[in-house]
Amino acid sequence: MDHSLSDEQVAIATMVRDLMTNEVGPRTQEIDEQGVFPTWVADLFRKHDLFAVTVPEDYGGIDGRLLTHCLVVEQVGRVCASCSMILGAQSLGAGPITLFGSADQKERWLTRLATGEVLVAFGLTEPNAGSDAKAMTTRAVPTDGGWRLNGRKSFITHANVADVIIVFAKVKADGADQITAFLVETDRAGFTVDKIEHKMGLRGSPTCSFVLEDVWIPQANMLGELGQGLEIMLRGLHRGRIGSAAQSVGLGQGALDIAAAYATQREQFGRPLARMQAVQTIVGQMATEIEAARQLVYSAACRYDARAADIERFSSMAKLFASDATMRVTGDAVQIMGGYGYMVEYGVERMMRDAKVFQIFEGANQIQQITVARDVFAKA
Amino acid sequence: MQTVVLVKQVVDTEAEKRLLPGEWRLDRASVENILNPYDEYAVEAAVQLKEELGGEVTVLSMGPQEAEEAIRKALAMGADRGVLVSDPVLQGSDALATARVLAQVLRGLGFDLVLCGSMSTDAQTGLVPAALGELLDLPVLGAVNRLEVHGGSLKAARQTDEGAIVYECPLPAVVAVAKGINEPRYPSLRGIMGAKKKPLDTKTAADLALELGAVGLGGARTRVHAATSVPPRAAGKTVTEYESPQEGARLLADFLHENKLV
Repeated sequence: MDHSLSDEQVAIATMVRDLMTNEVGPRTQEIDEQGVFPTWVADLFRKHDLFAVTVPEDYGGIDGRLLTHCLVVEQVGRVCASCSMILGAQSLGAGPITLFGSADQKERWLTRLATGEVLVAFGLTEPNAGSDAKAMTTRAVPTDGGWRLNGRKSFITHANVADVIIVFAKVKADGADQITAFLVETDRAGFTVDKIEHKMGLRGSPTCSFVLEDVWIPQANMLGELGQGLEIMLRGLHRGRIGSAAQSVGLGQGALDIAAAYATQREQFGRPLARMQAVQTIVGQMATEIEAARQLVYSAACRYDARAADIERFSSMAKLFASDATMRVTGDAVQIMGGYGYMVEYGVERMMRDAKVFQIFEGANQIQQITVARDVFAKA
Repeated sequence: MQTVVLVKQVVDTEAEKRLLPGEWRLDRASVENILNPYDEYAVEAAVQLKEELGGEVTVLSMGPQEAEEAIRKALAMGADRGVLVSDPVLQGSDALATARVLAQVLRGLGFDLVLCGSMSTDAQTGLVPAALGELLDLPVLGAVNRLEVHGGSLKAARQTDEGAIVYECPLPAVVAVAKGINEPRYPSLRGIMGAKKKPLDTKTAADLALELGAVGLGGARTRVHAATSVPPRAAGKTVTEYESPQEGARLLADFLHENKLV
């Protein structure tokens, strides 16, 4: 599928690259060390309309294309993977509202997601329901004019800064548990973020647990139909996986750029590392893997934009390949830089720590492999 | 307030520059081209004036068709329309020939102020603003790092080693702004998307009724005869053998004197 870029897409990617390199680049170590949501980066994104890539054009978006979103998060991720989660989480939340929201819900939420006035989170995972999402125990019970929710969600990106969260919960109907999606505003009584995780990487992107204790929401906050939750979740994740794959491509490229610049400067045995075959073979492999991942991600994004039938297969392949490639590439970047790479000030050790989670979240890579395999066998 | 900003597309300042063999012109094909960084200050100054006083900002450039990208960036930053003069017969124009072409466009535009950067990062002559002033019989102010417009006149300051000099002059005028007069904005995403919809006229030498002998290589009054690369830096001298610290210091001092460094 053709994914040649328009002049505007190239200009947007260039602008984001410059913005990130100049304004955020000097502070990436600080973001990692402070380990809190960098509000100033979100403000920078608001100022330059970056949130507009997460929603359709009719609701204040730029062009509504996932490919454009991918180009932007790639350039953000190249400098700061934590910062790329600001747009990643917004897109993951905006997707289901775009696809399944009522006209009122779209008008109410998407227009404010487009400006970044409102931040959204995706509340799926529970302590005992990760890859096995159907094992969730959060429940919604109908009450006068709405629903009452009880339960606990964990590992939720940005739940502590989000204004609204898409919460998946079971509803007992027709004698069965039907997973259903709800829009829960975080200022509602009974909503509490009770834990912010301390983690290996992506430390500028808070990962939280929250509890819902008799949280009441009106009927208008139900997203999609009763029992449509699984479909909403899966289609939301198709989009999320492609976006997260683009973030990891950027992260890998960023590590390669730093390592390549270092290898050009650093001299040992009387010549730069860049002129040693032992280093050249590693760099050649790194660049090839990143480019292959990038092409797969762009292709997946174009399929998503074209609503192609093979989105699931491509989103899984893109997420799997890009995150594995980036894990290898960031590790190689540290290796090329040796002792310096292991030190915090050069940035690549952070990138290596940040890379790991891309193999885990949005569906662990083993789940992606199974998804692809099932698709292969379904057609065999 | 009608402002025209002169911009140029140049080879990315971070790219390794190469000259076309035998032609002494920059090879633009193999590298990334960008809006001349000095021009970004002029675009920002023009957009700020528009935000303060109203009016319109026109971006004017001469160059190959690809220079449209530099104009689009200025449009994304907030300028309103662009004019690109592009014609193979204009290739090889030097600063004076370029100024003749730009002056001809400006005669047809109508403007209160012409803003430009202090120089381009490629040829670095910085001559175009002065040549334009001469050709259009307008006041020229260079190295301006503060600019105010009041009614029909402008007040401009330039910083020197001794202090600031403040000038006043009537409009229209040509002003070259110094690096650091402002902080050029990043174009916003909406600005980038909107830039494509803004008008951009492309003009040829014939459209402008230019006298062909006065422009292009034929009209150039300067010729590049040769170019050499900067020689690689020679290895430094290390003083390692000396009897005492005093003698070591004397050897260093001798070296500095011999090379007229002190």
